[in-house]
Formats: sequence, structure tokens, C-alpha cells
Amino acid sequence: MEKKEVLWIYQKMNEIRFFEEEVHRTFGKGLIPGFVHLYAGEEAVATGVMALLDDDDYITSTHRGHGHAIAKGCDIRGMMAEIMGKKDGLGGGKGGSMHVADVEKGMLGANGIVGGGFGLAAGAALSIKTLGRDNVAVCFFGDGASNEGTFHEGLNLASILNLPVIFVCENNQFGEGTPFRYASASETVAERASAYNMPGVRVDGMDVEAVYNATKEAIVRAKAGQGPTLIECDTYRMFGHFEGDEQKYKTDQDPNRDRDPIVELREKAIQKGWMTETEANDIETAAKATIKDAVEFAEASPLPDLSSLYTDIFA
Amino acid sequence: MTKREVTFMTAITEAMAQAMRKDETVILIGTDVAGGAEVDHLVKDDGRYDDAFGGVFGLSKGLVTEFGRGRVIDTPIAEHGYFGAAVGAAATGLRPISELMFNDFIGFALDPILNQGAKMRYMFGGKAKIPLTVRTVHGAGAGAAAQHSQTLYGWFGSIPGVKVVVPSNPYDAKGLMLAAIEDDNLVVFSEDKMLYGMKGDVPEEYYTIEIGKANVVREGTDLTIVAIGKMVQVAQQTAETLQKDDISVEVIDLRTVAPWDQETVLNSVKKTGRLIVIDESNPHNNTATDIASVVADKAFDYLDGPIKTVCAPNTPVPFAHNLEQAYIPDVKKVLTVAEELIIDLQKKAVRV
Repeated sequence: MEKKEVLWIYQKMNEIRFFEEEVHRTFGKGLIPGFVHLYAGEEAVATGVMALLDDDDYITSTHRGHGHAIAKGCDIRGMMAEIMGKKDGLGGGKGGSMHVADVEKGMLGANGIVGGGFGLAAGAALSIKTLGRDNVAVCFFGDGASNEGTFHEGLNLASILNLPVIFVCENNQFGEGTPFRYASASETVAERASAYNMPGVRVDGMDVEAVYNATKEAIVRAKAGQGPTLIECDTYRMFGHFEGDEQKYKTDQDPNRDRDPIVELREKAIQKGWMTETEANDIETAAKATIKDAVEFAEASPLPDLSSLYTDIFA
Repeated sequence: MTKREVTFMTAITEAMAQAMRKDETVILIGTDVAGGAEVDHLVKDDGRYDDAFGGVFGLSKGLVTEFGRGRVIDTPIAEHGYFGAAVGAAATGLRPISELMFNDFIGFALDPILNQGAKMRYMFGGKAKIPLTVRTVHGAGAGAAAQHSQTLYGWFGSIPGVKVVVPSNPYDAKGLMLAAIEDDNLVVFSEDKMLYGMKGDVPEEYYTIEIGKANVVREGTDLTIVAIGKMVQVAQQTAETLQKDDISVEVIDLRTVAPWDQETVLNSVKKTGRLIVIDESNPHNNTATDIASVVADKAFDYLDGPIKTVCAPNTPVPFAHNLEQAYIPDVKKVLTVAEELIIDLQKKAVRV
């Protein structure tokens, strides 16, 4: 990783963490309708991948999508307003937390349907291939989604059509409240890649450099016409499946429970000379300010006009 | 326009070919839309491809030869996966036609339509468009039994964000298919397999038929019959029979099931005062019941009798030929149902 990339990653990681902590607080105050799934703890995955993408690359996301959206460059004010159901939200307040999206930024949406992204990402990669673009599509999905039938259909289709897509599994140990080790017949998600004739790698998802390196290799393969790659990132979610989850299923022995990818990057980056202590402090301060500004913006934004109930159904 | 007689099938094939010539972002994706992918002996001497099927009904025959395997894409039998891909491709610059071989297979392909394609534009505040045509096949009559014969266009039609067209003849099939492909939304194009051999005049030129507009195929003053797809023929035959008793029937070919043309239907009912809707779907929560509900609400004061629906019974589609024929709405059933309205009409005539 280059210094510039590390600084960007550290900034985005902090924005995601402060964003999610703020959403956690705001949800607790009753200001956010519906269901919210927080990304905190998994920041190394979104940022390690997105450091290598630009606006013309596509991603599909999950119900736990705030981190992907921030890292993909979605407007943070618009995201916060969307999550609060406000008029100035990215979707005009009509999508909410589970549907945060910005197609122009290549963010094809958080997704309320577990496993909903496999086909969509393959399709975005089909567009890239058919139209001769030099880009990739990335499908983020959880360990829970890896047991949906669409995992099989999406990976198989992408492989036989040799599509420029990267499947990134965020294995946070639990699909809702059910441990992955119970729900999956295979020990890892990565090992299933062999069934689809594509490389499958399992990396430390708390180590952004590991995610970054695996992604870099997968992008080279995809752009060289060598087809898809499956990357499994071993990670952990700091909060529950949804806000309000008592998390009775968690134990002290959970892998990665005591780790924090942001703290780890800070230490490593300073030690390696990628980032100074001052730079780190400045980034943290700026990220906090960005989120504070987003909250103020979102709170000041009006509710959507009632007439918007009926718009945006057809183009 | 040049007039020629071609089949319903040929009209659809021609529409897809013309759309693919006109717009290079149009692709066809589905199971065996060509068939025989990577089979060496299906590669011609000039390097072009031959197809093994061209769709199980042969509707996309020849397209892979003209457009290549990059645009006529055979998929594994994995409807959820490739429908997801079709939606993803539509959101990112392609204009796919994705084939669901039989509408009965929707159980395996529903999420990309129900939760992704139909809702992305709305959820994203208008910042996405999904120009996707879903070609599928419905209808009983071929002895294909309960899992290959259902009529499910009404299911698709009940999803906000989805348009549904059901052509009744070759001319409409071509014009509606081209309109569906041009449309920037998710359009389900549902073909009755029993119409594939139907012949009719179809211009060679590219033309479209407006989606959302019904077609008054026969004008009348005493009774309105609204029909969908194959049932338009039943409506026309019923009208001819009733004409012998001097009963004048207006026949409306709905053409678009969602959003259906309320204006044309309501205006007709206001004129005739009587309505029968023929729909081969199972009898509850279908297009016919929806039309009946809207007409009862918006034209109640104009009605001279109850609104009648003639649908398939509330059973799966049976296999045995006699049972299957008993399942499908036909002229006899429509005439039986019309009797009450006609008696009412005759009473009225006596009063006059």
C-alpha cells in the first residue's frame, strides 16, 4: 500500500466507525425508523477493497451496507439523511438504511435480501464485459448469504461466463444469530471456490493490508479476462445483527472479538512510516467533524413531500 | 408498410432481431436461448454459430448466428442467478431480454424481479433505470400439466414497478415486443404458447405499439367483453354468436395487463352498461377481479347488471385432454355467463 492509500483508508475507516456509532446513538433515541444493521468492526474489508476501485467499478452490497457506501464514495450527508428517512437522503427517504445506493458512484445498493447481490454483480460484470470496459464488479456478501442458493448460481454463472467480478465474503461468524460453523457444511467459504473453478482465498479481514493485497490480485485477474475470484474475509461485527439485538449468541471465545481493525491499522501504519501520529489524529478529528456535519444536515432536512410516495416507480 | 402473413412466433423472433440490429446494448439471456454452447460441430465454417434450440419453442432461432454468443447468452438452468444478472446488467448499461422458459418457473426467479428490478428505481429515489424485458410463456392447452401451463401474468402485474403485456395476435406481438425492449422499465412480455402458430398480417418494418393502451377490436353497444391474450379469440367468437340475436358486443383486447387501460374499459362500460372479463388465470386475485373491482368503483352508476368474470377454475391445470379443455375458458362458458346479462338486456328491450 502507498502512503496516500493508507491515509485514505484510515480516513474512510474512521468515517465508517463514527458514522455507525452515531447511527447507534440516534437509533437509540428513536430518530431512525425501521431496521438498522451496523458495519462497525468490519471496516477493513470495505476500505481494503474500495481503495482499489473507482467510480466506474460497481459494487453490490448487503443489509449491512453503510460501510460499503461510505467507502465507495457515497455522499455521507445524503446517507445519514436517507437513514433518517429525510427528503435530502440519497433515495429521497424512500429506501432507508437497507437500500442506500448511488448508481453514479457505482454503488448498486445495500440490499434487504440476503444473497440478493450475487446475480446483480454478475450482471454488472456482464455489462462491463459486453461493453468492453476496463472495470470490475465486486459482490459483498455475508457468511449467512453463502448458504443461499444464489451463492451457487451466481458464482457458477460468473465462472462459466468468465466475468470480471470479485466475490467478497465478510465472514463475521454469524448469520443473524446462527454461527457459521453450524450453518455451513464446509469449514470455510473460500474452499467452495474450487467447485466453481476459481481461486478462493481466506484472509484476515481485520487486517486491511491483507484484504487490499487479495483484492489487488483479484482485480488483475478479472481485468486480464481470467474471470472471478472468491475472497473470504475473517472478521467480526461489534454490534448485533440489528440494532436492538441482545447478542445472546456471542461468546468470549468468538474469533476476532477482541480485535479492532482501526486500532491495528493505526499502529501498523505509524510503525511502517505510512502515517504519523499527527496525521492519524488529524484524520480522526476530521472524520468526527464529517459525521457531526452529516447528522446536523440530516436532522435539518425536511421529511419527504407526500407527493413523492407516487414518483420514481417507472422511468 | 409491407403486408405479409407470418406466425405469432415469427413476429416475436423478428422483433428481437430488429431490436438487436438497432441497438447493440440489447442482449438475449436465458436457458437454451441458443443451445449447444461450446459444441464444436455447431460452429460453422465461417466461424459463426449454429443453435441447438434457439429457445425451446424456437423463438430465438438464428439469433446466435447473426449476433454471436456474446449477445445471445446461454445460461445454466439457474433462473435466480441469471435473472439477477439480467437486472444487474440492465442497471449498468445493457438492455437485456431475459427468457423465463415457462412462467411456472417464476418460483426460482422471483427475487430479482420482485425485490430488485421492480424496486431499485423507487428505493434509489429515481436514480436507476432497469430497461429489462422478461419474455415468458403461459397458458393451458398443450397437455403440459400443472407446472408448465399456468397463467401467471397477473402475479407480475400486481408488483409496483413492473409492466406486463400480453399479445393476442402476431401484429401485436411484434409491436408490443419492440415497445417492451425500448421501454426503460422492467416489462414482462407473456406469450400464450397456444398462439405460437397463429398467422396474421405483420409489416416487415420496425414499429411499436403503445404499452398501457387497450385495443377496441370490435365496437358494440350492448355488452363489453374485455379479454386477454388467447381469450380475445373467445371474446370475438362470443360476439359473433350474440350478434345473431342482435346483441351488439364491444370487444376490448387489453394488450397490457399492468398498468391496464382504465380509460378505454370505463368508457366502454359507460356506453354498454354490461361487462364480462375473460382471463385464463385462476379465479381469485387476478386481472379480471381487479378490473371488476375498479369498474364497480368507478362506473357503478352506469352498470345495468353484475360484472361477470370468466376464468379458469380454482384448480391446478390438469393433464388429461378432456380435463384440460374443461379448465380453459371457452365460448360456451362465456355465453353461459352472458345469459344473465342478456336476459336482463331482453327484459330491458321489452320494457322499452
